Amino acid sequence: MSDGIRAGAAIQLLSPEGERVSNTHYDISLGDAELRDLYRDMVLVRRIDTEATALQRQGELGLWASSLGQEAAQVGSARCLRPGDFAFPTYREHGVTWSRGIKPLEFLAMFRGVTNGGWDPIERGCAIYTIVIGNQALHGAGYAMGIQLDDSDDAVIAYFGDGATDEGDVNEAFVFGSVFNAPVVFFCQNNQWAISQPRERRSRAPIHERAAGFGFPGVLVDGNDILAVMAVTREALDRARTGGGPTLVEAYTYRMAAHTTSDDPTRYRRAEELEIWRLRDPIERLKVFLARQGIADRHYFDQIEQEADELAVHVRDGVRSMPEPEATSMFDHVYAESHTLLEEQRRHLHEYEASFVPGGSA
Amino acid sequence: MSELRVFTLPDVGEGLTEAEILRWHVRPGDVVRVNDMVVEIETAKASVELPCPYAGTVDELHVAEGMIVPVGSPIISIRTADSSPAASNERQSVLVGYGVRTDASVTRRARRAPDGMAAPAPVPEREDPAVGRARAKPLVRKLARDLGIDLGSVTPSGQHGEVTRADVMRASGGEATPAAISAAPSPGGHAGERISVRGVQRAMADAMVQSAFTAPHVTEWVDVDMARAMEVLSKLREHPSSANLRISPMILVAAGLVRAAVEQPIINSTWVDTPEGAHVVLHRDVNLGIAADTPRGLLVPSIKAASALGIVDLARAVQLLIETARAGRATPADLTGGTITLTNIGVFGIDGGTPILNPGQTAILAMGRILDRPWVVDGHVVARPVMQLSLSFDHRVIDGATGSRALRSIADFLGDPALALVIEAVDR
Repeated sequence: MSDGIRAGAAIQLLSPEGERVSNTHYDISLGDAELRDLYRDMVLVRRIDTEATALQRQGELGLWASSLGQEAAQVGSARCLRPGDFAFPTYREHGVTWSRGIKPLEFLAMFRGVTNGGWDPIERGCAIYTIVIGNQALHGAGYAMGIQLDDSDDAVIAYFGDGATDEGDVNEAFVFGSVFNAPVVFFCQNNQWAISQPRERRSRAPIHERAAGFGFPGVLVDGNDILAVMAVTREALDRARTGGGPTLVEAYTYRMAAHTTSDDPTRYRRAEELEIWRLRDPIERLKVFLARQGIADRHYFDQIEQEADELAVHVRDGVRSMPEPEATSMFDHVYAESHTLLEEQRRHLHEYEASFVPGGSA
Repeated sequence: MSELRVFTLPDVGEGLTEAEILRWHVRPGDVVRVNDMVVEIETAKASVELPCPYAGTVDELHVAEGMIVPVGSPIISIRTADSSPAASNERQSVLVGYGVRTDASVTRRARRAPDGMAAPAPVPEREDPAVGRARAKPLVRKLARDLGIDLGSVTPSGQHGEVTRADVMRASGGEATPAAISAAPSPGGHAGERISVRGVQRAMADAMVQSAFTAPHVTEWVDVDMARAMEVLSKLREHPSSANLRISPMILVAAGLVRAAVEQPIINSTWVDTPEGAHVVLHRDVNLGIAADTPRGLLVPSIKAASALGIVDLARAVQLLIETARAGRATPADLTGGTITLTNIGVFGIDGGTPILNPGQTAILAMGRILDRPWVVDGHVVARPVMQLSLSFDHRVIDGATGSRALRSIADFLGDPALALVIEAVDR
């Protein structure tokens, strides 16, 4: 992989060793409490992710898409949003949904198959997880065009991965965002892998450079550096709010786990690659920085670990005791109004379900 | 106190039905914690390690290494130290992907979710949208702003309590109309003049939309040398029977159309959809609708049983009809019951067009202006008064051959009306 050169060009404010790096254009100044909160958020999100992966392996979730290693890109960017802003996540943005105040059980429910969404997007300023690759970039561009009609200074952030940039939807969203000068930040987490396809086998051009072809700025940021992610995202959102139009942010990061629990990355990538990225861990570098600056001590870190353990138990118990919806409820939202065939299918399923022994194992 | 828990093989990969037990990491008697990796399995998709869902002592391994077992099979039993709330609370089923039914796989018990979760670092509350602003699509909100309407004061009629465009228009005192819709998003961010659509225009709009998007229209054209027709007309004007009557080319075109409708009754018909199927009604009478440009807009009064009228009577009927309509005195009976329509666009200095059928009719004829044009007669280019006819017909009812024959018949009549009338008289 040629990421040494690329990472060098990326905006960085915190080195992998936890050293503060200065940048002439981008900077950020956060209070101690705010810095500790960022650490806490990332630790808790990672713990939810770990627990969810285990729950899937135990048959409690149908599927899980891990966010392991991408916590800084997700938490850092979503932390820049204001309440009136709107985020459009993929299915992997657990750090984003968490930061929007969506509870873990709300974003885990879909993976257990007991809901089609999990929360009210309007209430939370965050769309439900989108499974279709790249689709939500178009939703984001469209929503941003709506904001323009409102004459509001709200902004949109649309998340997608490097794989999605190969798809039509994302490129079409770039076109619309660009020509309408819509207040949208296109936030690409380049985690290097589109399931089993590495980046270099999909495009010769760095992702952020594509923005130039659409007529808006593109920025490459170290996606494992939460301070840099915040500085870059904040500027991009400010540009959007003040009529400057879209920005493409390429957060250079790494998918540390499998694509989803249905995938086995050991079949297509080497362990050395994982080792390189483990040294760039987003949580570790902030932890070192906090400790070295005296912003947090061992007591604080232990306390967060304990909170994470408790959260894991909550998640585990909560997932295992989620109410199961009536099987026939799947028919409720397919059509605005019911019709004969639908009723026939609903009746058929109802009768089939009723054929089981209630309450126990068959 | 202790309880025996059985971990059954889950579907770890979206629709897998079985897996091979590759390697056990524990043996009976080992102490395990929640999420300790106890076994490595291989499925059709991946090799994965399974974390143990229970804390306790391994009681029994149910499957030997190297065995392939279906999803839902018990693989390991754990004797838990106590029946913790979590253990007693959970369901024993796995999330079986697709249709695997084994002895151990299905239970159905819904449980309540506990409250009380760790929360993310505080974020400012998003305003309650129901309080902060009324629900409406961005374009509707913009429309309201342009019209100076406070969305919060509008009674929403949308399915989910949202304010619709129609609600805003009602609140502004106008009607929700196509004209308003096209006027609203005008360039420059300001609405231009808004013209309410009502009355005759509304009726016209509804009729045209209904017709244009129901009946597949075909339009054909033909040019006619009107020289002989003009001669007949000038003679007719001199004749005492037409005193005080306006004898215009339209009279002859109307007569030609009525004759064609008698010859080809299918062009004087109505398509009818019923629950049992569609049929076509051939009308006994030719009720000739004449499109009239009146101060109120486009009206199409009709002359009932027009085929019974001679040329002069037809001229009288047309004149009366148009005068009545222009004076605003057309009765509902005048304005309904037409079976075929003639529209004169020649009066506007136009040659041809693609007229849209009146709903319930299958043919409409447009006549153009009569203009001297170069015309080849006996091998010489000479100036002749030429008129174009445009006939639109409903292709569900009238095929191209029939429509063409009808239009040709009208053109032939106009090419030599005197001859046609003489032949008709002889035939009778």
